[in-house]
Amino acid sequence: MLPPMKIHEAEARQLLADAGLAVPDASTATTPAGARAAAERLFSGGASQVVIKAQVLVGGRGKAGGVKLAATPEEAEQVAAGILALEIKGLPVRRVLIAPAATILREIYLAALIDRSSRGVLLMASAAGGMEIEEVAAKSPEAIVRVVAHPHAGLLPYQARQLGFGIGLSGELLKQFCVIAAGLVRIARSSDADLVEVNPLAVVPAPELPGGERLVCLDAKVTLDDSALDRHPELAAWRDADSEDPIDREAREQGIAYIRLDGSIGCMVNGAGLAMTTLDLVTQAGGSPANFLDIGGGARSEKVAAAMRIILADPGVKAILVNIFGGITRGDEVAKGLIAARDQQDRVVPMVVRIVGTNAKEAAELLTAGGFETAASLDEAAEKAVALAGAGGAAR
Amino acid sequence: MSILVNADTRLLVQGLTGREGGFHAAQMAAYGTQIVAGVTPGRGGERALDGTTPIFNTVAEAVRATGANASCIFVPAAGAADAIAEAAAAGVKTIFCITEGIPVHDMVGALAIVQRHGARLIGPNCPGATSPSAANSGVKVGIIPASIHLPGDVGVVSRSGTLTYEAVQSMTDAGIGQSTCLGIGGDPIIGTTFRDALELFAADAATRAIVLIGEIGGSAEEEAAAWAGDNLKHLPRVAFIAGRAAPEGRRMGHAGAIVSGSSGRASDKISALEAAGFKVALSPTELPRLLREAGYAPRS
Repeated sequence: MLPPMKIHEAEARQLLADAGLAVPDASTATTPAGARAAAERLFSGGASQVVIKAQVLVGGRGKAGGVKLAATPEEAEQVAAGILALEIKGLPVRRVLIAPAATILREIYLAALIDRSSRGVLLMASAAGGMEIEEVAAKSPEAIVRVVAHPHAGLLPYQARQLGFGIGLSGELLKQFCVIAAGLVRIARSSDADLVEVNPLAVVPAPELPGGERLVCLDAKVTLDDSALDRHPELAAWRDADSEDPIDREAREQGIAYIRLDGSIGCMVNGAGLAMTTLDLVTQAGGSPANFLDIGGGARSEKVAAAMRIILADPGVKAILVNIFGGITRGDEVAKGLIAARDQQDRVVPMVVRIVGTNAKEAAELLTAGGFETAASLDEAAEKAVALAGAGGAAR
Repeated sequence: MSILVNADTRLLVQGLTGREGGFHAAQMAAYGTQIVAGVTPGRGGERALDGTTPIFNTVAEAVRATGANASCIFVPAAGAADAIAEAAAAGVKTIFCITEGIPVHDMVGALAIVQRHGARLIGPNCPGATSPSAANSGVKVGIIPASIHLPGDVGVVSRSGTLTYEAVQSMTDAGIGQSTCLGIGGDPIIGTTFRDALELFAADAATRAIVLIGEIGGSAEEEAAAWAGDNLKHLPRVAFIAGRAAPEGRRMGHAGAIVSGSSGRASDKISALEAAGFKVALSPTELPRLLREAGYAPRS
C-alpha cells in the first residue's frame, strides 16, 4: 500500500476553483521575473498588495520565511528571488504562487476527509481557522463541529447548515459556507482525495453584499488516494517528482513500501505488520532500524534484488536483516533474489536471513550453499542483526 | 464451533477464474472448504477447479443455483467494491474481500450497501479466516497458509497478514490451537472491526481465550479494549501491537498504519489493552507464554 499523493497548493486551489468555489485569482512562477510579471497583472487588476508563497510539499512554510507580502512588482521580484533560493525542511523551493493579498476579518477551518471511525467522508469545521486543526483539537475540542456526509449522495444541504450554524455563521455567510462545504465533499469524491482542507477559509470585506462580508479559500491542502490515481491521469500528472527522493521514487515504481529511518540496520520484510514488528524487535534488541521496507505479497526474485539496491543506497546501513514469512511469497524465490543481488552489489554489508513458511526448506538449502547467515526465529534474527551492525548499531 | 466460517459455509468465489482466485480456491478446497460456485461476469456456464465448480455471470444466479451463503472476493481493485455490493445485494451475508488497493471512496459506498442489506464484510485487504479442524475438514476462506494452523480453542484476530502467520505459527509450535483465526485487514475503512470480532468470539462457546494483534494508527484497538474490559472478563486475553518503533507521521505500509499527532500511538493502545485486562506481548513469540500466564491451558 502506497502513501497518499500530496499535491501543491497551486493545484489544490485549481481543484477548488474548477469546482466553482471562491478562490482568489493566482498564478505561479519559477523565476523572479515570472513572479514580477504575475504581480504586475494582479496590481493592474486592482490588487493593492500581493502575497508570494513557496510551493513545497511540507507544512510550516510561513515560519520558514516561505510566505511574504509585496507592494510593488519590483518588490515581488525581490521577494520571489529570496523565496526561490530557500530550502524548506530539506526541500528546495522551485516555484512560487502569487496571489492578491486579502484583508482577513476572521478565519475558519474547513476540511473533508476520509474518517475511519465513521467509515465515511467526515466534514470538520471550526471558527478558529488559521491554526493547525490538531492544535484546536487539543486546546478546545468543543470548538470543532463534525458531520459525516451521506455515503452516496454526498453532503446534504441540512448537514452543511448544521456545520455552518455550529460554528456561529448566519445569513449570507452561512449560504456561502454551505456551497463551499458541499464543494469540498464533491471534490473529495470526484478526485478520490482523502483530504481536502481549506485553512484559512477567510471572511473578507465585501461592501457590495448585504452582510458586507464574504468567504474566500485562501489556502488549500489536498492529498489524493494513491489507489485511485489510475483513473485520474490528469491528477497523477501533478505528482511532484522533483520533491521526491530518487530512492523513494524507485521504491514506489517497484511497488515496494519503503520509509527511510535514521538507524544502521536495513530491513527487508514481506507484509506491513511484520515489517513494523521487525523494526520493533530490532529496536528492542538494542539496534536501530535504517528503514521500513515491505516487499509485498508474492514478490519475485527481481523485486527482492530491487529492494536490496534500495536498502544499500542508504550509506548508513551497516547490516541487513531479511525476514520473510512465506505465504503467497515463496521462500526460494526470495533466496534466489538475495543471491542475485549479492552478486550485483558493489557494497557488501553483513546480512542475516530468516525465511519460514512456503518453500522454506528449499530456501534454507540455497542460503546455506550461498554462505548466508541464517536465523530460525524473528527474535534471533533481530539479535544477530544488531550484533552484526556492531558499534554502528546505535542511532547515527 | 468457531466464528464466521464453519462446516455450514457454502462458499462462492468472486474472481475464481483469475490467477489468484483459482490458486487460492484450490488451496481452500484442499483444506476442506465447500466451494459451491464461482462468479466471473461473461464466463457463466464454464466450470472451474477441475470441473467440479460451476461459474456464473452474476452473484444472484450463483446464490439461486447453489445456496451459497458466503463469498470470497479476489476481483481486481478497480472492480472489487462493486463485487462487494453485488454480493450483499444478492443476499450473501458473510463477504470476505481479499483485494488490496481498493480506492477508499469506493469502500465508503460499498460498505453502506453492505450495511443496508444486513450483511457482514470482512476486509478489504485482509487474509481471510480459518477455522481449523481435523485434517481435511477444516474451513479456510482466503489466503492464510493452511500449514500454520492447529485445531483448538483460542480465537485470533489481527489487522495484518504475515504478522498473523508469525503469531499463529508460534502458538501452533507451542501446542496451542485456534478456534478461528481472523484477519480484518489493514485499510482505513474495513467492514469488521476488532470490537466486532471480539463480540463474535465472546458469543462462541468453542473459543476459550483471545489473541488480538493490532498495529499503530486509528483507534480500533482502544475501542475494542473499552468493550472487552466490560464484556470479556471471562476469557484469558493477550495482545500484540506492532509499530512501537514507528516514527510519527509516516504511513507504515498499511494505509491505516500511521501515527498522526497524538492519535494512533502504540503506547496508547498497549495502555488501553492492559487496562482492559489484556497481557501485551513484546514479541509475537511471547504470546503462548502470556496465554498460559493469563490462565489459559490447552485441552489435551
